[in-house]
Amino acid sequence: MVKDPVCGMEIELETAFASREYYGQKFYFCSQTCVDQFDANPAQYTQAQELAQLPEPALLDQKESHIDKLLAGSVTTGFNPSLPLSRIELPVIGLKGAGGQKGVETALMAVPGVRSAKANPDTNIVLVEYDSQTAQIEALLKMIRSAGYQVGGARVRVGIDNLHCASCVNLIEDELLATPGVLQAAVNVGTQEATVDYLPEKTTLAQLHSVIEEVGYKTYPVTGEGAEDKQQAEHEREYRSLINKFWFAAIISVPVLLTAYPQFVPFVKNWSMATLRLAWGGAAIITLPVLFWSGGHFFSGAWAALKHRSANMNTLIALGTGAAWLYSTAAILLPALFPEGTSEPFYDVVAVVIALVVLGQALELRAKGRTSAAIKKLLGLQARTARVMREGQEVDIAVEEVLVGDTVIVRPGEKIPVDGIITDGYSAVDESMLTGESLPVSKHSGDEVIGATLNKTGSFRFRATKVGKDTALAQIVKMVQDAQNSKAPIARLADTISGYFVPVVMILAILTFIAWFDFGPQPQLVYALVTGVAVLIIACPCALGLATPMSLMVGVEKGAEYGILIRSGEALQTAQQIQTVVLDKTGTITKGKPELTDVLVTGSWQENELLRLAASVERSSEHPLAEAIVEGAKARGISLADPTSFEAIPGHGVIATVEGHQVILGNAKMMVREKVALGNLETKVTNLADNGKTPMYVAIDNQAAGVIAVADTVKEDSIEAIDALHKMGIEVVMMTGDNRRTAEAIARQVGIHRVLAEVLPEDKAHNVQLLQAEGKKVAMVGDGINDAPALAQADVGMAIGTGTDVAIEASDITLIKGSLKGVVTAIEVSRATMNNIKQNLFGAFVYNALGIPVAMGVLYPFFGLLLSPLLAGAAMAFSSVTVVSNANRLRGFSARFKAR
Amino acid sequence: MTLAQVIVTLGGLAFCVFIAWFFWFAPKGQAKAVVSEGGTQEVAVTVKGGYTPDVIVVKAKQPVRLHFTRQESAACSEMVLFPDFNRSAKLPEGEEVMIEFTPEKAGEYGFQCQMGMLRGKLIVEPPTNG
Repeated sequence: MVKDPVCGMEIELETAFASREYYGQKFYFCSQTCVDQFDANPAQYTQAQELAQLPEPALLDQKESHIDKLLAGSVTTGFNPSLPLSRIELPVIGLKGAGGQKGVETALMAVPGVRSAKANPDTNIVLVEYDSQTAQIEALLKMIRSAGYQVGGARVRVGIDNLHCASCVNLIEDELLATPGVLQAAVNVGTQEATVDYLPEKTTLAQLHSVIEEVGYKTYPVTGEGAEDKQQAEHEREYRSLINKFWFAAIISVPVLLTAYPQFVPFVKNWSMATLRLAWGGAAIITLPVLFWSGGHFFSGAWAALKHRSANMNTLIALGTGAAWLYSTAAILLPALFPEGTSEPFYDVVAVVIALVVLGQALELRAKGRTSAAIKKLLGLQARTARVMREGQEVDIAVEEVLVGDTVIVRPGEKIPVDGIITDGYSAVDESMLTGESLPVSKHSGDEVIGATLNKTGSFRFRATKVGKDTALAQIVKMVQDAQNSKAPIARLADTISGYFVPVVMILAILTFIAWFDFGPQPQLVYALVTGVAVLIIACPCALGLATPMSLMVGVEKGAEYGILIRSGEALQTAQQIQTVVLDKTGTITKGKPELTDVLVTGSWQENELLRLAASVERSSEHPLAEAIVEGAKARGISLADPTSFEAIPGHGVIATVEGHQVILGNAKMMVREKVALGNLETKVTNLADNGKTPMYVAIDNQAAGVIAVADTVKEDSIEAIDALHKMGIEVVMMTGDNRRTAEAIARQVGIHRVLAEVLPEDKAHNVQLLQAEGKKVAMVGDGINDAPALAQADVGMAIGTGTDVAIEASDITLIKGSLKGVVTAIEVSRATMNNIKQNLFGAFVYNALGIPVAMGVLYPFFGLLLSPLLAGAAMAFSSVTVVSNANRLRGFSARFKAR
Repeated sequence: MTLAQVIVTLGGLAFCVFIAWFFWFAPKGQAKAVVSEGGTQEVAVTVKGGYTPDVIVVKAKQPVRLHFTRQESAACSEMVLFPDFNRSAKLPEGEEVMIEFTPEKAGEYGFQCQMGMLRGKLIVEPPTNG
């Protein structure tokens, strides 16, 4: 039986006249009338039904007023304007794409109880008004996520002291989740930490701490939020553990060595066989902890690998030392089983090899730690705290807590904490740490500021647009890290080999054992074992595996140090093979912005006076050329007058009156139109145009007075950089959509001999392809926006731009300094790194290719030379250290053009 | 040749064959990804001396989310790389780290630690129609 919500009649489910679903609840009706009434205002009946279930007398009054209110509610959204409205600003990432804004809004409006949703793609904020009784924040977030967007809440880790039981974990998690604003909470007993996702505007870090403390636990801030610090701490711990293991093995090695070669040790020499056997027994026992503690990780690693049907360095060391120990123990326990002269132990091999290999691992770890110094430097640029407006108050908070949309206040001398747009105030900002631009950049309301840059002179407020891992700095760091861990194609061979390496070595060791056992000199068993173990131990897959990644890491970091962001190992490898560099003209070779270059006068006019009148006219114009003239006049310290009766004639020029003079500025057509006689100015104009400049006639009071020319000028260091490229044997080609005359004029200035002019933007990629068809490796350098297809087509695409530019995505290499010198340095870094990688790979191949046959004993028949397993262990331990050290040598790389 | 030599020779050769079979030819266990509500293919991978599972089967053109948990301190495995997708992640001990990407083409892609000691394989199957 169910109740009709309209008339209150009890009806059978099966015989119900109709049913409706409303917010996931099903209702049944007795007749068409009731259905119609319900459809007209469902909220009334659903709420009424709930109220009807409440105890009658207490609620009678309330019920009436409540229903009155509900009657005013909206039919479609279930929203009632008289109910308390909640507003929330949700930071949402990824609004900028096609339809992003609409998509989020539509999705949110579909959530019952949401009254309005306004997404602002510039601030990445969605403002939602909702009825907090009907809609939960959870539901909003779920909807945003399922629409394919990310909610940019903050994530913190909170350390918790003395956390042991699993039930406390649930307790803390529940308490955290019950705190308003907390989206997700996970407590990890292993790390003694809670990881909390929350909306910083609903709760604060301090509140989260107190929530946990109320449950009875002491909290502490997790120091070193960054994975870098954590990794460093892990390395430190691992290093200490390895060094302890090494010392233990080394100390045990001393007595073991003494008993292993009694004939060389003065005192032990005189021991009887029985005493020696006892001593060996002792050695067997004291090497056990070396095997299972100092070398324990070899065995556990080998076992774990074995379960995956794979084998690695651990397998080799475990097999080698394990076999030596087992043989030795069998030899001293059951000497009768062994042929004459073979019942001698090799405990020295066990102890010494483990000591050496562990020491090698420790040293390798140390050397590795040095390779990530530049990342730390970059991360060190990040500000620690930010001053933001919260509820009308200025509060200092950790930079991790800054939200998209927050208003951040920055005072002179402070670091800008996150990326954003200035809303109020102005200042000069030193961005050299990210863009390499050494002069402070002036910033006004509406300008973008980048996190980690330094505010110099003024105070300002800005609205945060990117926080946390979305900031330009975080993106740069992420990109460098990704590149460091990408693969260079050259590593593929080493990779393929190391995939087969260990099983092959195991097979070689067995074959060696068989060969010596069958054909070797007496005592055959001893020779067979010694050579077999030596083969296992000398083979070093690590050196092969480390050869490329280590150098790549240092190389990519070196690049970052010079403001060159290399996207992948592949880009780094290809950059050294570049034969042709294609340079976009505007914005790459040139500044991309016209500047005043020439002022020519006729008659009695003074240059500055002519410029003053012309610039005064151009103040009223919005043309970029006009701006160049105004800027040029200002740069000469000329103060401008106010023009009157300004008129712009499209395609011709402008006319205005300045201080009683009629001033005309424009092209030849303009002069014809105004009937101004040009005299000898025409040849001067042709000359200027031949040099790639844009000349304009100036006539004052209808008399030709002079010519003013503007041009997109060459960047100061373009000539030097192009010269350096030529010296490196690289062909430089200029590609531009500009006319041939302008293009060739610029090419002459910078010393480029091959010019592709009048190339339409859509043909740029095709032209790159044509150059590639000449059999050349082509690099394309452009400012990245209209050059994107050409950048992608080129073997290496280099984008010139600041770290904030979206163009980073399209390119293989980004030159954040905006100078062509970066192209030279990128190629230099690539060449240096690839040389280093080749040295490493060569070293690793040669080491293994020579070491393994020598260990197998190929030199024995000719020179009687045999490699002791002890030496094999030393060689193996230091081969990988050598590779890492050689990679570190790259740190000494210095480019032709100095950084900064 | 003595009897001992014959035994050692034959035994050794047999062992060689076994090694080759064990490491290269024996079939390996595979793990199929579980498709979550949102259409993401999820797989949890434990890192301890190797990747468990180390052969992961996913469908193309559908986002993949791999949850890596490293349960050892050996520095060797502190990074996991997917060179073909240009993805990598640091794996702090005991912490779950997620790697997300969408494989566009079917095929076999390797993943590994930084120096290639630990390896795994991602098998991307062609997308199912519909």
